[in-house]
Amino acid sequence: MTHVLELRNLDTSFFTEGGELRALQGVSLTVGSGEILGLVGESGSGKSLTGFSINGLISPPGRVVGGEVLLHGENVLDLSREAMRRIRGQNIAMIFQDPMMTLNPVLRVETQMRDALAAHLSLSRAEARARSIAALDEVGIPSPEERLRAYPHQLSGGMRQRVAIAIALLHQPDLIIADEPTTALDVTIQGQILALVQRLCRERGTALIWITHDLAVVAGIADRIAVMYAGRLVEVGPVDDVLDNPAHPYTAGLMDSVPSRGRRGRRLNQIPGRMPALTSLPEGCAFRPRCSRATDACRAPQELHDIGPARKVRCIHPLTEATA
Amino acid sequence: MAEFILRRILQALLVLIVMTVLVFFGVNVIGNPVYIFASSECDQECLARIIADLGLDRPVWEQYLVFMGNLVRGDLGNSFTHGVPTLDLIFERLPATLELAVMALLMALAIGLPLGMRAGLKPDAFSSRLIMGFSMISFSVPVFWIGLIMIVVFAVQLGWMPAVGRGETVMIFGIDISFVTFSGLHHLILPAFTLSLIMMALVIRLTRAGMREVLYSDYIKFARANGVRERRVLSLHVMKNILIPIVTVLGMEFGGIIAFAVVVESIFSWPGVGKMLIDGIAVLDRPLIVAYLIFVVFMFVILNLLVDILYTLLDPRVRLGAASA
Amino acid sequence: MTDLAQDVPGPRTSNFRLAVRRFLASPTAVGALLVFAFFCVAALLAPWIAPQNPYDLAQVDILDSLLPPGSESFTGMTYWLGTDGQGRDMLSAILYGIRISLIVGLLSGFFALIVGTTVGLIAAYRRGWAETVLMRIVDLQLSFPTILVALILLVILGRGVDKIIFALVVVQWAYFARTVRGVALVEGAREYVEAARGLRLGGVRILLGHVLPNCLPTILVVATMQMATAISLEATLSFLGLGLPPTRPSLGLLISNGFDYLQSGRYWISVVPGLVLLAIIVSVNLLGDRLRDILNPHLRR
Repeated sequence: MTHVLELRNLDTSFFTEGGELRALQGVSLTVGSGEILGLVGESGSGKSLTGFSINGLISPPGRVVGGEVLLHGENVLDLSREAMRRIRGQNIAMIFQDPMMTLNPVLRVETQMRDALAAHLSLSRAEARARSIAALDEVGIPSPEERLRAYPHQLSGGMRQRVAIAIALLHQPDLIIADEPTTALDVTIQGQILALVQRLCRERGTALIWITHDLAVVAGIADRIAVMYAGRLVEVGPVDDVLDNPAHPYTAGLMDSVPSRGRRGRRLNQIPGRMPALTSLPEGCAFRPRCSRATDACRAPQELHDIGPARKVRCIHPLTEATA
Repeated sequence: MAEFILRRILQALLVLIVMTVLVFFGVNVIGNPVYIFASSECDQECLARIIADLGLDRPVWEQYLVFMGNLVRGDLGNSFTHGVPTLDLIFERLPATLELAVMALLMALAIGLPLGMRAGLKPDAFSSRLIMGFSMISFSVPVFWIGLIMIVVFAVQLGWMPAVGRGETVMIFGIDISFVTFSGLHHLILPAFTLSLIMMALVIRLTRAGMREVLYSDYIKFARANGVRERRVLSLHVMKNILIPIVTVLGMEFGGIIAFAVVVESIFSWPGVGKMLIDGIAVLDRPLIVAYLIFVVFMFVILNLLVDILYTLLDPRVRLGAASA
Repeated sequence: MTDLAQDVPGPRTSNFRLAVRRFLASPTAVGALLVFAFFCVAALLAPWIAPQNPYDLAQVDILDSLLPPGSESFTGMTYWLGTDGQGRDMLSAILYGIRISLIVGLLSGFFALIVGTTVGLIAAYRRGWAETVLMRIVDLQLSFPTILVALILLVILGRGVDKIIFALVVVQWAYFARTVRGVALVEGAREYVEAARGLRLGGVRILLGHVLPNCLPTILVVATMQMATAISLEATLSFLGLGLPPTRPSLGLLISNGFDYLQSGRYWISVVPGLVLLAIIVSVNLLGDRLRDILNPHLRR
């Protein structure tokens, strides 16, 4: 399988008055064509930042300081601004968390769609309109002609998210980065949006990075899972393997803190403490202070190492010593 | 929408009536109206005639109705010094003031918006600090002092600009306009720039604050993530969101400009209503002062009304929210 | 987007020493404070440090009029900043001018604060129709430009220190009223006020003892800004010949007096008082900016 996207040792930092904050450290990932990767972590783990590092939209004072972002083998970090702009929307699209905030409140849906089209194509007004209507139709929006004239606040949350997805898919991108696009929606709408995105990606062979903190969502949609903690990947692997046999204590902790049907009545285990701030990362394994398995050896820098077919973990005391 | 506008118009009418009451009683209670309407050489007999003329022997509410009756007919009395109806004088001078004010407004936008955007885009850059310093200073320095410095530097020292007066004017639609002639434009630049500085500071601050807020919003990130060109993002997606508060504030401040035009006009001897007021005050031409006061009240109320309506037209959330309510 | 954990201190810090430390951390603010303090001291000591009493006509020699800075008088006195059209020593005139400008600014700010705060507190506490009426008046007042209202009032009232202070109070109280009401409404909804009500404390006691102290930081910020505006307005009105009588020349009047000489190149009569005025207003505004940042970050318009 060829990789649509490969991240190699991506480092992203924020340069504040207090010095450099290393928000992403050595993130390496691959996503193949038609593959859905679930990127999981708590707020502040760097999962959203990974998305913005890929399409070059980190707000200052943040900046990618090292590593490579390979799109079809080409490092996009070397591209000029204009070349990077041409990739955004055309090759890499993005869907955001809150549909209330994703669409410009003072522009009609039509204007926003036309601008997204005009970014990469020169179309007449009528052509742009026809393509917009087709795109809205495809994501299941009834009477798209009317919706085009609407302002975002006239649409419901689910409808807005559909519009955002329609815009993101306008140019048939190779990769979609979806940053918690269902978190702000009602449960039933969540399911619809999930199914919609999954179907569209499968049909078109689009690679999808689904960023979320919700393991249940990942279990339902993703092929592979990558778990982030404090700016580093701690575990990567096929979704069933990882969820059935988590190797990193953090992944296991995450799973224990989620209520599930099979364990009704059992007390939920919470991970003690909270994720350290970037200003005060402990040396070695960042999860060490919260980990029951931690030893002195954990104070040394940890590497992501293979523990099985397509499985990696950043821990010297993994829960499963999987056999190769 | 229509209902909303109707409600605003009714509110405006109420304010107008309240203000005429205030002006009327201000003139009649605080100052002695006889002295306001009488010149200094008036003897006892003349005073008695004025009292009868003004109807001061009648009850106050009746006097107010007479005053309002005259007001509705557009009669605010004659100017002492010019001997013609005061309203005619005001409307004769008004184009010059409006020209100055509109020019100042345009300058404030033309210079303030780009500066504010720059300061908002790169808040830590040296140039941005410079811009904010400039905004801070032009916000705090009194207008008359800026005008003075303008005259010293550009008129007296450099000799680039004329210091006083209005240049050639051309009659268009029965109104004297000066910015279409070179001499007119030449005369207009210094006073208009001086007047624009207060608003420019405001535009810079509002634009910068708006940029800081809008630039980091998800919808701008989304537009960028779709590859929309940066120029388009800034000029439409960001700008339209920023312009809403700016237009509101500028609309409300336009009255302030007309007020500060009094200062600028008297420094640059610009023949507008403000200069007329100051000259009127100097010779105690009281009917003229009263007429100006009434006129300004009207202008303000109408201006506030227009701003409200314009605001609803610009912001679809307000517009459509009001329609469905 | 950047869900970085940051240790942001709480927006409301009642810690006075912390506020002082944050104030001192800004060189601009400290500089502004020093400049303002310098002019305050100069104003206070004017009668003792001024080379001449500019109001005492016996000390002013018309023969010395329009001398450039650094000239010497017949009596051997040096006019460091030159003289004006009547032969007044500009340095002395400016020192006395600062005195008047600051007195007008401080007093009008103080009275506007008293009136506005009272109205704002009453509006926030009484609610109902009293609040509606008071706030309508405030809105109406604020919809008219301050300079115009002050100008009209002075036309009716005439010149004088008391009159200009009155006019400035009239145009400025509404700013205090609006701000104080806003803060008081927030404070009034807090638990401690509910608790005080529960203890059946009197309304006045709750307002003065509990709500007012919590409004003070905001009031201080508004007062600083309004003082700068008052000084600027007074100068403008005096420049237009409406504020202070010529016998008590404020900075604005000094600038106005020099205006006629500007075109003939005798710039010092206008420019030096102008620079002093500028320094005072800018320093007060900078102080206000810093205070606002420290005391109430949400007050930004």
